[in-house]
Amino acid sequence: MRKSFVARNPSVLIFLALLGVFTLAVTVLGEGLGVGLISTSFVKTLGKTLCLCLVAIAMDLVWGYTGILSLGHFAFFGLGGYMIGMWLMYARTELIVAESLAQAEIPPTPDEIRDAIGTQIFGVVGGSDFPAVWTFAHSLPIQLALVVLVPGLLALVFGWLAFRSRVTGVYLSILTQAMTLALALYLFQNDSGLRGNNGLSGLQNLPGAADVPQSMVSIWFFWASAAALAIGYVVAAFVVSGKFGSVIRGIRDDEARVRFLGYSVEGYKLFVFTLTAVIAGIAGALYYPQAGIINPAEIAPIASIYLAVWVAIGGRGRLYGAVIGAAFVSLLSTWFTGGQVPDLPLGIYTVKWVDWWLVLLGFSFVLVTLFAPKGIGGLFDLLTGRHGPDRHGAALGPDQGSLREKEAEQ
Amino acid sequence: MRILLAALSFLVLFTLPAAAQDSPIQKLLQQHRDLIEQSSRRTIAPAIDALRDSGLPAAQVVLEKWQGKELWQRKADGLFFFAERIDAQTYRLVDIATGNETATAAKDEIEQLKPNSGIRGMIGAALVQFQLTDPDPARRADALNAISRDAEPAHLAALRASIGAETDPDLRARKERLERLLTISYDEDPAARIAAIQSFAGDLGVDARAALNPLVATTRAVVSGNPPAAENLARVLEPGSEALPKDEAYALLVAADLAPPRINRDDIRAALAANIQNGRVGSVPVAQLDTDAARERAYAELAEAGIVPATATEAQVAEALASHTFYERYAETDPEITAAAAAALDDIALKVGLNQAADLTLDALSLASIYFLAAIGLAVTFGVMGVINMAHGEFIMMGAYTGYVVQQLVPDYTLSILIALPLAFAITFGAGVAMERLVIRWLYNRPLETLLATFGISIALQQLAKNIFGTQARPLTSPDWLDGALVINDVVSISYIRIAIFVLALIFLGLFLFIMRKTRLGLEVRAVTQNPRMAASMGINPERINMLAFGLGSGIAGVAGVAIGLYAKVTSELGQDYIVQSFMTVVVGGVGNIWGTLLGATLIGFLQKGIEWLNPSNTLAAQTYMILFIILFIQFRPRGIIALRGRAAGD
Amino acid sequence: MTTLLEVSGVSVSFDGFKAINNLSFDIGPAELRAIIGPNGAGKTTFMDIVTGKTKPDSGEVLWGEMSRSLLKMNESQIARAGIGRKFQRPTVFEDQSVFDNLLMALKKDRAPWKVLFYRETTADKARVEELAEEIGLADQLQRKSGELSHGQKQWLEIGMLLAQEPRLLLVDEPAAGMTLAEREHTTDLLKEAAKTRAVVVVEHDMEFVRRLECRVTVLHEGSVLAEGSLDHVTKNQQVIDVYLGR
Repeated sequence: MRKSFVARNPSVLIFLALLGVFTLAVTVLGEGLGVGLISTSFVKTLGKTLCLCLVAIAMDLVWGYTGILSLGHFAFFGLGGYMIGMWLMYARTELIVAESLAQAEIPPTPDEIRDAIGTQIFGVVGGSDFPAVWTFAHSLPIQLALVVLVPGLLALVFGWLAFRSRVTGVYLSILTQAMTLALALYLFQNDSGLRGNNGLSGLQNLPGAADVPQSMVSIWFFWASAAALAIGYVVAAFVVSGKFGSVIRGIRDDEARVRFLGYSVEGYKLFVFTLTAVIAGIAGALYYPQAGIINPAEIAPIASIYLAVWVAIGGRGRLYGAVIGAAFVSLLSTWFTGGQVPDLPLGIYTVKWVDWWLVLLGFSFVLVTLFAPKGIGGLFDLLTGRHGPDRHGAALGPDQGSLREKEAEQ
Repeated sequence: MRILLAALSFLVLFTLPAAAQDSPIQKLLQQHRDLIEQSSRRTIAPAIDALRDSGLPAAQVVLEKWQGKELWQRKADGLFFFAERIDAQTYRLVDIATGNETATAAKDEIEQLKPNSGIRGMIGAALVQFQLTDPDPARRADALNAISRDAEPAHLAALRASIGAETDPDLRARKERLERLLTISYDEDPAARIAAIQSFAGDLGVDARAALNPLVATTRAVVSGNPPAAENLARVLEPGSEALPKDEAYALLVAADLAPPRINRDDIRAALAANIQNGRVGSVPVAQLDTDAARERAYAELAEAGIVPATATEAQVAEALASHTFYERYAETDPEITAAAAAALDDIALKVGLNQAADLTLDALSLASIYFLAAIGLAVTFGVMGVINMAHGEFIMMGAYTGYVVQQLVPDYTLSILIALPLAFAITFGAGVAMERLVIRWLYNRPLETLLATFGISIALQQLAKNIFGTQARPLTSPDWLDGALVINDVVSISYIRIAIFVLALIFLGLFLFIMRKTRLGLEVRAVTQNPRMAASMGINPERINMLAFGLGSGIAGVAGVAIGLYAKVTSELGQDYIVQSFMTVVVGGVGNIWGTLLGATLIGFLQKGIEWLNPSNTLAAQTYMILFIILFIQFRPRGIIALRGRAAGD
Repeated sequence: MTTLLEVSGVSVSFDGFKAINNLSFDIGPAELRAIIGPNGAGKTTFMDIVTGKTKPDSGEVLWGEMSRSLLKMNESQIARAGIGRKFQRPTVFEDQSVFDNLLMALKKDRAPWKVLFYRETTADKARVEELAEEIGLADQLQRKSGELSHGQKQWLEIGMLLAQEPRLLLVDEPAAGMTLAEREHTTDLLKEAAKTRAVVVVEHDMEFVRRLECRVTVLHEGSVLAEGSLDHVTKNQQVIDVYLGR
């Protein structure tokens, strides 16, 4: 009966092998170390996609497995990005300022350096003083810790408040959306201390690595993203594989029943919510240095909804589904919105995909929800011969997630 | 011909010299001829004053013509005339006292007076006095406007003189009010001024505050020892306190030449940089100048050597600050007047505060009715049917665009709004029914998937609107009778559009209650809400009811869209801006209850306005705090203000 | 006789309707008890109160030798204190195997951190198999529980309850929708369970209650109408009035 972790999760090995091959291929084909068949900007796009896959895994854990449709995980993603962005921006500006002040006849005092950095960074919002949130921006280790701590603590506090008062289902979704909106609106203010709608920029430049070409930096980040995704996948597979996985799936399907079994549902939800927020934060911290810029628009509620869309299209309740969905939809979206898709002339009207991509995505998403609730991941069931349940018919359990009559008949 | 004409004019000129030269007004002008010819803003005042105060009947006309550049001077004898152009070369001269034509003159014989705009302004001010007694009430009103815009001491007497003869009661009231205002500013008699000040206690007019505020304006000053007794002292300031930081206090001392200036860091740095010799400044190596202490040491050395001015040390600064008294003084020297003005202003501030609260309440009410309108459709779909419709905002947008398109086709704004309201209802009703039939009915019992599917529709609709109407905002113009605002006083006002939206919200509340309570449809909707299987077995078709309820909710969203479009710009993101607040409204109010939605909208409207009032500079922060408040509110009332309890709550 | 659960003077109302009205009830540590009553008598609400789902407006619910108040505890704490509940409709985790369902119910540390690193031991496995044997699902362990028949689900749920090793079992209409043979099996299971713990059965079906051979409490309009053996209460005129109508 007792099987090893890998034996119970064959997808882990396959996934790790595929990810390894992919990483190797990109390294060999990239400009930094290899033959240069793949442009640096595309390596960055691929690296960013890996980060999106990681946050999609987090979303799948919290939604696909635990049944909490959080519309706030992109906020955690963004917070992670902001935390690392603060250090990147500070350290790089410090180098630039030190260099320019070294040209002066009189060597600068520490205060002068700090003021000059402040003016550089906050000039755009008409300030030069460092807000309190930048207290630790000079220290890489502390900001790295904050990448984990800030999203984690926010999730812990918010989750504790929300789960404690038994807010569930769509109410919780709306509440998380409100939280995301509040955070985005807060960051949009100029006096939030994070440069308002300008956001943090120039993040693609690693401080102290000015002479390393971007083609190399992009490969480094690609490796880091691949490693984070691999670890994230294994951690998520571990979490969902054992009894813990049973419990959270139980919570998804019938929360009250789990409670009457003596499990503290709130504790489990809080654990998963916080863990996934931390994963999202790490993914964001790897994503934004590759994107080069982060601003509050990234955090807007719509981004978190897109995240849910990716997971739904990929197939929730299975980790590889989330990865496939995020990679597929985000790359497709890049392709369409990048203007690389040829226009479609329809005689009287020419469909420009830059304009029509969202219409296409919206309607195809509706179709996926209606006709393929298992998403792309459902295709694997066809391959392995498992048949998909038909979720129509009356509910068998009192909760929304329970199986339906026809589903159980199979 | 020209010779003949010239001869004729010469003749005329000399046949009527007495009349032109002897009139008192001409004499007066001749007295000030130098100033008038000089035509400089700085020196002209006595000439204008003399004309104004002359009491001559012709003075007003002369001033007006002068202002209008119609006053000319004959070069030969310097006499002033009004001139009218006959042809390019010839002008007709008119006597300034009688208005009779006296002569003609060639253009090069006469010279036009061209007062510059500054002088014209001064003439205008002088003319006000005449206009105050003008027989035409419109001109009198103009004069009052001119005075209140730009008052002068001289106006006071003129104004007082004109009150007695004023027949129009409105104008008389205005004159009396203006007289009191001018008394505050310009009267010589303190008792009269104080009486006037006190008469404005609690007055809401902006003009009253404008007149009173300068009286309590203060300037900072500094003396060694006690402040002079002659000063009208406002308060003594402590250096280092919040009202007067030490740096500012010392700057005051330096400005008053009571202390040596302190060289700031930048100047020290510049001075040091200018005095580098052999890699050192004084005895300090340049490389060590990266601390403030080292820089001060080096600068002190330079100062000792007399190369740079000495800077005040910390101790000297402290010494200087301690030995002087800093205070604020009123520009107005009479303490009784400043006291009276301060008291009157306090009174006004209280009254203004109360009225602002009333204004805020009106604002909050109108915001609440907008949220209510936006949320009521959602209350139907979410509350009654348990379906989350993320595309609700896009239905609002569709309604607004319907209004816009109708206005493009029907130019009459009143008519177009009357067409747009039912049309928007019909279109969004249709869209809602289509969406329910095609998508939502397959997803009942799967609320999270409904949420996501409707979100997919939402992004598609939004992008469609962008593709069709472009990204720029489209105007939805309100009819004329909705323009403007109901002004209750200078503080409290509310625009007619907001009143209309409020009324619309009330109508919809009534309509909703009527449909739900008095019609067959309402009964069936309530039955399906409570127990769909039971309702079905009673012969009600739940599918039809769900479809109609969804259509109704969407239709109301469309009508709300027209109303919101009148008040905000129509863009494809219009709906998105309202969707989260609408959900909040429904959730806070309590699902499944129209009164809950009403309370929720009221709470959120008042809350948002209240927070904006506390932090007026920042609507973003206000929204942030409001959402945080709602998250906390849900902690204590997870099921909203009006919550269903027991088995009916379905938990 | 000591009491395991003591409910005294409990009242609760929903929007003015008194679902439970000054109800008092107690049960010993190893006792089988049936609760009967017409629709709306407050049977389910009574179970909701004991298991912490509904908080009463007034009254006291005391538990165990230490007489701890259950009103201050939430559902999961009450479950961990030793009260198991079976719902009217079979509620098992349909998406998971019978084995996983039983394993989840097994009496173990339920803290998230402990559960995360929990790996089943041979003893745990043996216990699950033993339970499966008891409820007649030994050969169905790897099947998804959603695929079981209605009666099998009922037993699985009872098995899960037993796996929890509760000191008090609250069973809501266990026999609903069962065949005669299944009913007999269920009766045996409950009687067996009642030897070592308290079992409260809420049931409509008089035949089923008769087969349980236990004390019966009759609820009506939220309070206790009669208590005693089934024969005793069925002779009670009030009970007859309530059941047959006046």
